[in-house]
Amino acid sequence: MIIKVLGTGCTNCKNLERVTREAVDALGLDATIEKVEDYAAIMGYGVMSTPALVVDEQVLVSGRVPKAAEVRELLAPASA
Amino acid sequence: MSIAERLPTSTRRQWLTLAAGAGAWVTAYWVNGWLWDRFLYDALGMAPTDRLTETIHFFLYDTIKIALLLVGIIFLVTVLRSYMSIERTRALLGGKREGIGNVMAAGLGVITPFCSCSAVPAFIGFVAAGVPIGVTLSFLIASPLVNEIAIGMLFSLFGWQVTAVYIAAGLVIAIVAGWVLGRMGVQRWVEPFVFETKLGGQVIDSTAGLTFDQRIQMGLEEVATILRKIWPYLLVGIGLGAVIHGWVPAAFFTTYAGPGNAFGVLVAVAIGVPLYSNAAGIMPMVQALYEKGLPMGTLLAFMMAVVALSLPEMILLRRVLKPQLLAAFVGVVATGIVAVGYLFNLILA
Repeated sequence: MIIKVLGTGCTNCKNLERVTREAVDALGLDATIEKVEDYAAIMGYGVMSTPALVVDEQVLVSGRVPKAAEVRELLAPASA
Repeated sequence: MSIAERLPTSTRRQWLTLAAGAGAWVTAYWVNGWLWDRFLYDALGMAPTDRLTETIHFFLYDTIKIALLLVGIIFLVTVLRSYMSIERTRALLGGKREGIGNVMAAGLGVITPFCSCSAVPAFIGFVAAGVPIGVTLSFLIASPLVNEIAIGMLFSLFGWQVTAVYIAAGLVIAIVAGWVLGRMGVQRWVEPFVFETKLGGQVIDSTAGLTFDQRIQMGLEEVATILRKIWPYLLVGIGLGAVIHGWVPAAFFTTYAGPGNAFGVLVAVAIGVPLYSNAAGIMPMVQALYEKGLPMGTLLAFMMAVVALSLPEMILLRRVLKPQLLAAFVGVVATGIVAVGYLFNLILA
């Protein structure tokens, strides 16, 4: 599974990355987490509000930092 | 575990929790003054008329009052704004001409949830949707300038007239400044990559489809985030306010910065532009200075200069705007704020 955190280094982007790592560790997923900081690449996903969470090229969250529990729920189907 | 994660999930429990929270808020706001009276005068036996007592009372009372106001206002504003999104605003502004577009952009700038950290993607997204540069700038000016938290604080501290004046002035500055910049043909001062960047496939609406639960959580988290960020400024601001309140003679400010000083507004804006604080952080000082007879126009100009023009946002905007346009942006907005300051010193005097 490829997880991407889109954002240009603001506090919220770092928070989203941290929460995502927590969720991946908690679920014991085999996933790579990439940070995408290039504006053109971010906008390529149709995202205008950062931070955003992209899992296997699908935008799941944009413009907010969900709780770790919510990220776990979002990632859970992929782990099954 | 954050507060948000402990929120009960069933709807009825949720409403009860919200109602209990609102009740606790009102009670705390109500007993705030009384509590400090009892504590300082009765428990510690301090004389109510003593200058030091007054200063300490002002500080304690205002800290709690401002903190409560902030919690309530930020929470409500965040939850309400979560029903709008920058993507929806983009769709509404797409294809609008200058003029009507500037007016709409300024209005939407006030109600759209917008973090200045998203300024660059928002700018590119607007341009890609065919929103004229001047209209986009009206949005980017109005968004920090007419700040809902400032609206709430002004309303609580000074009443509706000052608040209405603030909103109207901010909107006019955003509309006129965006329109003027648009007229200047600023297209050529936008970094070329903006026009080359495409917004991919389906535009993701960031707040559509959120549950009520998630909106409440966003509200709580926003309260925590903002308070964590601004509490030092808040305490310094309230401390300065308390000192001004207790120790600076009323004549001092009215002599040097009162209605008689023709340069009062200019000085206030010159001090305010490099200062970067949340609107809430400077409100206690504004309140104390107003009590000492500083004219409201000068104070509003100071507040607008602090919130509208900030270095971090300028650095971000530099990614999409060439230095000429950035300079014009700062110049036009600062001029607008100065004009508003003088105008209101005349009207509100």
